[in-house]
Amino acid sequence: MSVTTIDPLRPGTSRGLRRFLEVPDGAYRGVLAAVAALFAILLLAFIASLVIQSRSAFAHFGFSFLTTHKWDPVHAHFGALAFIVGTLETTVIAMVIAIPIGLGCALALAFAVPRRLQVPLGTAVELLAAVPSVVYGLWGLLVLAPWMRQYIEPWLGHITGNHFPFSGAQIGTGLLLAGIVLSIMVLPTLVAISRDVLMAVSETEIEGAFALGATRWQVMRKVVIPSARSGILGATTLATGRALGETIAVTMVIGNTPAFAHSLYSTSATMASVIANEFTEATEPYHLASLVAVGLLLMALSVLVNLAARLAVRSVSRQRAIGVGLL
Amino acid sequence: MSVGWTLEPTQDGGRSPVRTFPVRPKCSARRAARALLVSPLAFGILLAACSSSSSPTTTTKPSTAAASADPYATVDLHAPAGTLSGAGSTFDQPFFTKAFFLYNQADSGVSVNYASVGSGGGIAQFQATTVNFGATDVPMSPLDISKATGGQVLQVPIALGGEAISYNLPGVAKGLKLTGPVIADIYLGTVKTWNDPEIKNLNPGVNLPSNPIEVDHRADGSGTTYIFTDYLAKISPAWAAGPGTGKSVAWPVGVGEQGNEGVAGYVKDTPYSIGYVELAYALQNNFTYAQVKNAAGQYVYPSLASVAADAAQKPNITAVDFSITNEPGATSYPISGYSWVLVYQLQKDQGLGTTLVDVLDWLSHAGQQQAATLDYVPLPANIQQLARATLLQVTGPDGKTQLLKTS
Repeated sequence: MSVTTIDPLRPGTSRGLRRFLEVPDGAYRGVLAAVAALFAILLLAFIASLVIQSRSAFAHFGFSFLTTHKWDPVHAHFGALAFIVGTLETTVIAMVIAIPIGLGCALALAFAVPRRLQVPLGTAVELLAAVPSVVYGLWGLLVLAPWMRQYIEPWLGHITGNHFPFSGAQIGTGLLLAGIVLSIMVLPTLVAISRDVLMAVSETEIEGAFALGATRWQVMRKVVIPSARSGILGATTLATGRALGETIAVTMVIGNTPAFAHSLYSTSATMASVIANEFTEATEPYHLASLVAVGLLLMALSVLVNLAARLAVRSVSRQRAIGVGLL
Repeated sequence: MSVGWTLEPTQDGGRSPVRTFPVRPKCSARRAARALLVSPLAFGILLAACSSSSSPTTTTKPSTAAASADPYATVDLHAPAGTLSGAGSTFDQPFFTKAFFLYNQADSGVSVNYASVGSGGGIAQFQATTVNFGATDVPMSPLDISKATGGQVLQVPIALGGEAISYNLPGVAKGLKLTGPVIADIYLGTVKTWNDPEIKNLNPGVNLPSNPIEVDHRADGSGTTYIFTDYLAKISPAWAAGPGTGKSVAWPVGVGEQGNEGVAGYVKDTPYSIGYVELAYALQNNFTYAQVKNAAGQYVYPSLASVAADAAQKPNITAVDFSITNEPGATSYPISGYSWVLVYQLQKDQGLGTTLVDVLDWLSHAGQQQAATLDYVPLPANIQQLARATLLQVTGPDGKTQLLKTS
């Protein structure tokens, strides 16, 4: 698919415009290349400075930095495993909640809602993305946490008989609350992109399916979603990336305990939250280097998730694809 | 609303501030939250000051009485013009913001930009000499000092704070009696319920519930945590051998919250919880907090007076021997500590160096009354003298000229 909207060689284009686009061809290309290179260089510079500043931690702790979970600034023992696990757990919880709601919302906005409500409802969802994350954090801590403690967690305990993973002390803050807050934060990304992808599904295919006598649900399931599959996967990846890296809101509601969770109510800590918590006051030996090392690991994790999603999209989009350009 | 002018020595109300004290526009939510908590109190103190005055014209010259009560207020305001920059402790930020604002209003040639990036960041910027002074909740260690590029480092005590052990126990009022070892055992996780004999024996007649104790601590690295763990390590061998003393420690139990307001909010909302918060938060939020047994065996409430009494017990603090937790004295509250300002002994710019020591001398003397309006504990007189003695060692570029003029 070509993205060019003005073809300089097409007859009818104004002469001035043609000259602008044709004559400084080399310079034009050079400027674009420089702009594109800037971001590549910036990324490399990020990685280089992270590597340099975390080197002493990796050199001192070696592989045990990745495989131990003891985080003790006083005695200069640092292991990041609890944060890695905590990050993955909160992200999984958030996505498990967000994907069905987000997809349902996107389908509703694209097909089920009356046309005149599509725009206002879509805007409302997109506006969720404009809420600063510290506001989500405050809301989670001051409003949602007491609700969780008083109503939601006892109710979950009641219907599940307090069995794993709904066991343990019901204190409000913890993995589950962090996952819920995160899921709301990633919804706008998920919904907005999925909706656009769903609406881009060829109308002739949909009408064809209806003409064959398919019900609305069958059209969704057999025509629309398969066509939009790779785009939806792309939206999910972007949302996952946000969940992995979200810092301040998670820090405020997760309880900040660098230990492995034994239930959904357990307090935990994520890679981003420990950096936010301890970076400003890290003066002990290896403390700062270890925090930078956690940052490097977080970056590596995000890149891995992106790569995995890219591979998934590629395998899916071999069949039929809309919105591959997202990744 | 001419709040904050009680100490303003020369102004006759020509300029009128519009705010209680300036909040930096780029301030974070927690700082803003603290400002919101603090400002009603400052306002309240001013109201009290105003209402105690009988003269109807006092409002136009609110500064006279307070200024004459403090001999340094006018004496110290003579710094040469200049712009200073500082960075560091967030604990100091509300105090510094207010004090530097007032200093600038009174002696308008001097302005101070203070970036509250945290003690670690303050030390780093000071080491690299990108700021004129640093501020830290825990003095620079010899290792930190060895990395300083500007020469000999002087550390000046600038602010004093205490910590309240606050709790949320339905049916139990303020003043539960606790000892250091019991607090340590609660934070170690060996005392698990409120009706544990260790707590019960200290509080005969108090109806303690059998609920588990919800322990709360700071999640972010902080001087508050340093002072608290310093106290616990001093009083409990098990704590000293276990988590130890630090701005971030490996907590055996409990939930971590960000900032004093995070811990304060958690304790307020969570029944059967306990947490340590800066004195200002406990006082301003009308918390229920514990009496703590001091080294003399007395149960003492945290207050500006009891923390000052504790600090006054140790006049010869140094940057190496700076801990003032668990000092003797019948009225001393045992959980308290200083925050420090960092300056280089040799100032490369004579004029700016003079401005710096003059401002810091004012800050550690007359400026302490501003600290009191924000519920910091004013430095005791002997510590004010120590601060001045330290600042007197600062010299100009020749290494000889003393920059702070003795009056």
